[in-house]
Amino acid sequence: MSGEVLVEVDNVSKKFCRDLKRSLWYGVKDLSGELTGRTQHDALREGEFWAVKDVSFQVRRGEVLGLIGPNGAGKSTLLRILNGLIKPDRGKIIIRGRVGALIALGTGFNPILTGRENVYNAGAVLGLKKKEIEDRYESIVKFSELEEFMESPVRSYSSGMKIRLGFAIAAQMQPDVLILDEVLALGDVAFKAKSFNRIYSMTEHAAVILVSHSMAQISRVATKTLVIRNGKQAFYGASVGEGISEYYKDAPNKLPANDFVSDLARIDRVEIEINGQQGLETVRSLDHVAIKILARIDGSVDRFSLNIVFFSEELINFMSCNSFFDGVTFLNSNCSNEIVLEIRNLNLNPGRYYVWIAVLRNDFGEILARNASAGMINIVGPHKGNEPVRLKGQWTHKQV
Amino acid sequence: MTDSRRAPELPEVIYTPESRIKHPVEMLRDMWRDILAARELGWRLTVRDISAQYRQTFLGYFWAFVPALVTGATLSIASRNRVVDFGEADIPYTAYVIIGMVLWQTFMESMTLQIQAMSKAREMLAKINFPREALILSGLGQTLFNFGIKILLLAATFVWFDLSVPATILLAPFALVLLLVLGTGLGVLLAPLGGLYEDVGRGIIFSAMALLIVTPVVFVPPDGGTFAEIVALNPITPLLVTTRDLMTTGTMTHPLGFFLASLFAVLLLLAAWTAYRLAMPIIIERMSA
Repeated sequence: MSGEVLVEVDNVSKKFCRDLKRSLWYGVKDLSGELTGRTQHDALREGEFWAVKDVSFQVRRGEVLGLIGPNGAGKSTLLRILNGLIKPDRGKIIIRGRVGALIALGTGFNPILTGRENVYNAGAVLGLKKKEIEDRYESIVKFSELEEFMESPVRSYSSGMKIRLGFAIAAQMQPDVLILDEVLALGDVAFKAKSFNRIYSMTEHAAVILVSHSMAQISRVATKTLVIRNGKQAFYGASVGEGISEYYKDAPNKLPANDFVSDLARIDRVEIEINGQQGLETVRSLDHVAIKILARIDGSVDRFSLNIVFFSEELINFMSCNSFFDGVTFLNSNCSNEIVLEIRNLNLNPGRYYVWIAVLRNDFGEILARNASAGMINIVGPHKGNEPVRLKGQWTHKQV
Repeated sequence: MTDSRRAPELPEVIYTPESRIKHPVEMLRDMWRDILAARELGWRLTVRDISAQYRQTFLGYFWAFVPALVTGATLSIASRNRVVDFGEADIPYTAYVIIGMVLWQTFMESMTLQIQAMSKAREMLAKINFPREALILSGLGQTLFNFGIKILLLAATFVWFDLSVPATILLAPFALVLLLVLGTGLGVLLAPLGGLYEDVGRGIIFSAMALLIVTPVVFVPPDGGTFAEIVALNPITPLLVTTRDLMTTGTMTHPLGFFLASLFAVLLLLAAWTAYRLAMPIIIERMSA
């Protein structure tokens, strides 16, 4: 159910200069070019590079474009061009309707003035008329939960309070085109939930461009994705899953954490066997996986247990397998130990997962050794789910 | 494509690399639209900055009077004791200096507030797309407010020195507005460059001194000589002198100069405003790079 095209971006490029002095001088040159109407944008000058290069996309009303990419890929530059703050060096952008950007909450606040006064100021900055602000004043205050603080100067607010007030004001906009830049994690848990709901209701009737590094959020909200890397379009399409996979191509191939070795134990090797075969890199969803661990443990440790933790690409530990919880501890054979963990039907959705293995004293006691670089399991499969774990269900159906 | 379903009332904005100056008609239409849209925000920003400014002082409005009073007092002592000779004014010299300084200060504020408004709004400019004209209006609004306070000082000066009030004082506000148009024009012209280079702000401090020397604020316009010519060519001279004359003596000494300087001021402001708009995206890009 998509509506009219509200954002059309056609082959947009933007140059940037890394060197400040030179950048300012180019600024002066661009300025004179702009004033005389003889703008020369096409060629790169010394020290310049393309911060955004040949990016094209469309967003219709009701659609949410997830704009993803590593830091410095050009996402914010692109947003600033869309918001009309800076000009493109090439290409063309058409925006239809009122644009609202949920970035820089609380811009226009003056710390000396009271919360009440600042509501009017920040509202005016966002383009709300006095009448509109008056009508919504009560709901802004209520939403921010700052009833008792509205007559105090904003400089006495905590940073969380400022953001809450800023969000409550910005959330009054009813834009046709909504730009969201990493603003979705605000304040405490209760306020976060409330602001999520408000943002979702704002996105319903708008063409939305959402920048986020949280793929969980992208997969929840986005209806299409644009991945940019080094300013270039790496992926653009309606498949959110593919976009996210493209983004994760940049992810490291082992868990970015330290291995830990004590005098008492070290993990020498970890081997992953798939369906009885070694050396395979990719696992299909629901394959049988065996993880073989070779560990040397000092004789002073009589029993030990193992804990294996799975991390998602977002580095969230979402699943573990603990020998002690399974009722198993291992007798130390005073030299090399080989332990094999078999997992039947590894019920993970396609994606990349990191494995972290820890040797614990006795029954879930002190950590003796930890191997964070145990490896990465790359799961492939026909169905791309947004959640890491996939449960194999038994389904029944009858006509009622 | 479902273009046919598009609601016709949605405004459409197109961004391209091309300079807007190539489409002057559209540009003028946009300027008109934005200045109308900027009124409310301009007003809010004016109120915001004035209330913030006076909430944090104890002496408050007193500071608005200090420069003119101190200059008036010291220079009249210096002049009376023949330390310097500033010429013979038609009204008591101290009153002449106080009125001149009030006008001069107002002129300078109209210029510097534009540059300050721009640097104060850096973060806002870099992140939010609001009609930039609001900054110009707020600078002008604050200048007018500050002048409003100084009217008290002017009134007190008239009473203290028992000056007669000519009927032409009713025309003085128009001359004053033209003086502010000149100051605002200069400020608006320099503000974008000031956003790039700090040199602009520093340069203004020096040029303020230089300008004060070639503007008859504390001295009476001299007759003949190179210096007199420089003073006469300075566009601030006829505007400031005329404003003061309309308030005090009721005679207009340089009608042609006043007319030319007024025309210059108006054209300068229009040109500066155009340049300001065109410059803004480029300045924002470099300011936040």
